[in-house]
Amino acid sequence: MTAPASSTKVRGETILSVDNVVKHFPISRGVLFQKQIGAVKAVDGVSFELRRGETLGVVGESGCGKSTLARLLMRLETPTSGRATLEGRDLFKASGSELRRLRRNMQMVMQDPYTSLNPRMTVGDIIGEPFVIHPEAAPKGSRQRRVQELLDVVGLNPEHINRYPHQFSGGQRQRIGIARALALRPEVIVCDEPVSALDVSIQAQVINLLEQLQDEFGLSYIFIAHDLSVVRHISDRVAVMYLGKIVEIGTEEEIYERATHPYTQALLSAVPVPDPDAREERAIIRLTGDVPSPADPPSGCRFRTRCWKAQEVCATQEPHTVLRAADPHPSACHFAEVRPGA
Amino acid sequence: MSDFETVAATEDQAARRGVSGEPATPDRIGAPQRARSLAGDAWRDLRRNPIFWVSLALVVLAAAMAAVPSLFTANDPRDCLLSRQHAAPSGGAIFGYDFQGCDVYARAVYGTRASLLVGALAALATGVIALIVGMLAGYFGGWVDAVLSRVIDIVLGIPLLLAAIVLLKRLSTSSDNVRLFAVIFVLAVLGWTTAARVIRSSVITAKEQDYVSAARMLGARNGRIMWRHILPNALAPAIVVLTIALGSFIAAEATLSFLGIGLKAPTISWGQDIDTGRIHMREAATPLIVPSAFLALTVLAFIMLGDAIRDAFDPKLR
Amino acid sequence: MTQSAVRPTPASPTPPGGHLLEVRDLHVEFRTTEGVARVINGVTYHLDAGETLAVLGESGSGKSVTAQAIMGILDTPPAHVRSGQILYQGRDLLTHSEEQRRQVRGKEIAMIFQDALSALNPVFPVGWQIGETLRQREGMSRADARRRAVELMDLVKIPAAAKRLGDYPHQFSGGMRQRVMIAMALALDPKVLIADEPTTALDVTVQAQIMDLLADLRRDLNMAMILITHDLGVVAGVADRIAVMYAGRIVEHADVRSLYRAPAHPYTKGLLESIPRLDVRGQALSTIKGLPPNLMRIPSGCPFHPRCPYVQQVCVDVVPHDLVLGDGRTSACHFAQEVRDDSAR
Repeated sequence: MTAPASSTKVRGETILSVDNVVKHFPISRGVLFQKQIGAVKAVDGVSFELRRGETLGVVGESGCGKSTLARLLMRLETPTSGRATLEGRDLFKASGSELRRLRRNMQMVMQDPYTSLNPRMTVGDIIGEPFVIHPEAAPKGSRQRRVQELLDVVGLNPEHINRYPHQFSGGQRQRIGIARALALRPEVIVCDEPVSALDVSIQAQVINLLEQLQDEFGLSYIFIAHDLSVVRHISDRVAVMYLGKIVEIGTEEEIYERATHPYTQALLSAVPVPDPDAREERAIIRLTGDVPSPADPPSGCRFRTRCWKAQEVCATQEPHTVLRAADPHPSACHFAEVRPGA
Repeated sequence: MSDFETVAATEDQAARRGVSGEPATPDRIGAPQRARSLAGDAWRDLRRNPIFWVSLALVVLAAAMAAVPSLFTANDPRDCLLSRQHAAPSGGAIFGYDFQGCDVYARAVYGTRASLLVGALAALATGVIALIVGMLAGYFGGWVDAVLSRVIDIVLGIPLLLAAIVLLKRLSTSSDNVRLFAVIFVLAVLGWTTAARVIRSSVITAKEQDYVSAARMLGARNGRIMWRHILPNALAPAIVVLTIALGSFIAAEATLSFLGIGLKAPTISWGQDIDTGRIHMREAATPLIVPSAFLALTVLAFIMLGDAIRDAFDPKLR
Repeated sequence: MTQSAVRPTPASPTPPGGHLLEVRDLHVEFRTTEGVARVINGVTYHLDAGETLAVLGESGSGKSVTAQAIMGILDTPPAHVRSGQILYQGRDLLTHSEEQRRQVRGKEIAMIFQDALSALNPVFPVGWQIGETLRQREGMSRADARRRAVELMDLVKIPAAAKRLGDYPHQFSGGMRQRVMIAMALALDPKVLIADEPTTALDVTVQAQIMDLLADLRRDLNMAMILITHDLGVVAGVADRIAVMYAGRIVEHADVRSLYRAPAHPYTKGLLESIPRLDVRGQALSTIKGLPPNLMRIPSGCPFHPRCPYVQQVCVDVVPHDLVLGDGRTSACHFAQEVRDDSAR
């Protein structure tokens, strides 16, 4: 494959900028005459920047809004408010042919390799579909060759273009999904839990493939996952989400070694480490209770109902995700501090 | 689990990429290959399916009978003599004569045209209406779905016979062809709801699949998504419903004819003969059995054909 | 987390009266129209009172099927037990009648599953569901069953148990549903609890709560537990011994500490090296090449040989036996010693 256009561009400059994005899903009653009775605040004011060539990990538990965020960026959902720009062009205002052009620059790899491929299409049709939708990306005569190149790039046998998805294993299907996402030579790929449906011994293969493709094509990743170990492995920077908000964001080292938000600290301490010795040295923070409903989040700091540091101020005043004295990276806690011994 | 997983295999592929990937597998069909389509694969599959050929042969036979009935019998089905009432087989009348003294076999052969036309055209029309309504309601959802679903509910609430009587009564003096198409029209207009519901729900299921999101993220338009991604995955249950509907339409025609609002003599149909045969069943069974057997075989042929086609379009069964 | 200071070794001598539960050379196959899949190929393990055995494996390794065979809930057909014994307190469950097995199920050996939502009936309140077993099996009155259900819900630390008795499964969060299922499993006071991927569907913080609960229950009730999982991290925290399964066999069997320190089977070693660690920076992930085998065509010799970096001709030709290593652990690898020494380095 030829070098992508992005190789001439500056590594490290901002490629995607997300500013205060909000998505509220209305809860309504009635069939013909609907009345809104509330809203699920799935994503509630998320801002971050993605730099060229980097991997931004997004972690959080189910219901924190990380998958909705991915769907918003991919324009599968319409945001309630907020702004996002991809290489300076407005992602949320684009429509029609402009949106189609933008889509060439941003693609997604989905979680479930079993439902993300149309069972009634051959692998050749699946990976070739981007070229049918964007005929300008590859002239008709060269499409089959391009599809076979892509299969080769993701480590599958190019002769398998006539097979159907069910003839492949989960890991192989995920590679097909990656090939489809790569077809239009995007600059940004959103990976939504790309390995969580795979067996342990296959996960590493797919993670290594993603890393290798990043180097080869200068890709920028938004890597969404609930597995903190995987995120640490692949990410340059990490954002931690809780109930629709980013509570802490920083470099991989800042988040994993010097987290200042209590939720991040609790999350990290709860991860089971595959080492009985290391395990006993770790002091574990046990959170009690469940995540509150995003339809009715707590006032002030959303984590306060499960937080051991919570005070009056946490209920009345919402902490912003700003630089804190404890460690110079943004954290949304009034009492941000690095956990000793962590 | 299929055999690809085992093969200890050509890993040079993966090795070359530096990805210690899953083993590529030797190809079963052999290189070099051209890209194939689902329809092409389905045809290759159907060609080797004996059930497909048997059912197709029956359907073709029925169609031939409908088109040129004189090829299958030399007797005139309208040549009836009361003196031959329930007479034993003789000459070309291999199944004997009915209550009116008509040739049972000849009547069954000549009845094919009307019955098949009613069944096939009503099923086809039903399929088209159901597909459009079900697809629109399922795909667009929201108020489109709300409106169309209420329409389905309303149509479903109309009793078939009552509506048929109202609609067909005024046509009782019209020509045979007009009556035939009126029957088809009534059956289609009142009979599409079940299929539409089935299609709607399978469209909703298909729409939620990740591959539809994937196509949308690639920039595919609604038309492409509906045609390439949703339709092929939503069609299977509809085919089953429609082939069964075909049989029930042929039977419904019989009911309407029995009530005197469907087809009328001189038009010959299985439905009319089954009804007259039923009345005189105690005196002679063959005038009932023969058209019933024709009907059953035809319906069975269509159902088997539908089944075979549905399976051929499901790559998972390959 | 409390852990017993003395850990029994895998080759621990049979206690007087025998092991509580023992699986001996179990073979199970699935007979399908496409052929016979040999799902379990000679599994042997045991469990003593109060201990936790982790059975670790990927999908298709046979870890869940073994448990279903113990519970007697295999779907037959397609599953058929070809040979082997499952001894509970010395009696072979496989020779029992269905009625006798029903007596063992729930009362002696209970099981919890990954998916609590589908394991609970959505149209009945949870209190009623917990109480049902008690009314059916113990002949308790409605009031007694109700009282006991509240006790059980307290035991699994569901807050305000008495108030939540009338709630339906969908009104509980994932973690709370899992607790309800554990309460149901504990209703008849079983001696063995089999937990099949109990935390896989849960978030990490909730997962930690459930694992704590299981550890506490095991200690307080002196229950033996079989923990079936694919998660090497979860195992490290709670298990005494680990049996690693691959292609329907136990390939390695060791106490937790020595297994993590120096795995003696190339598959275990590969797994440990292929998972990213939270506490390690800039780690290079090595991978296990290839795919798990098709159980209808298990490779000759050692089933792992097509994926194994240590492979030699002998691995293709000869099925390796369980090699007993000096420290009382076993590994079904021709080069077990070598692998362990490599790992320890």
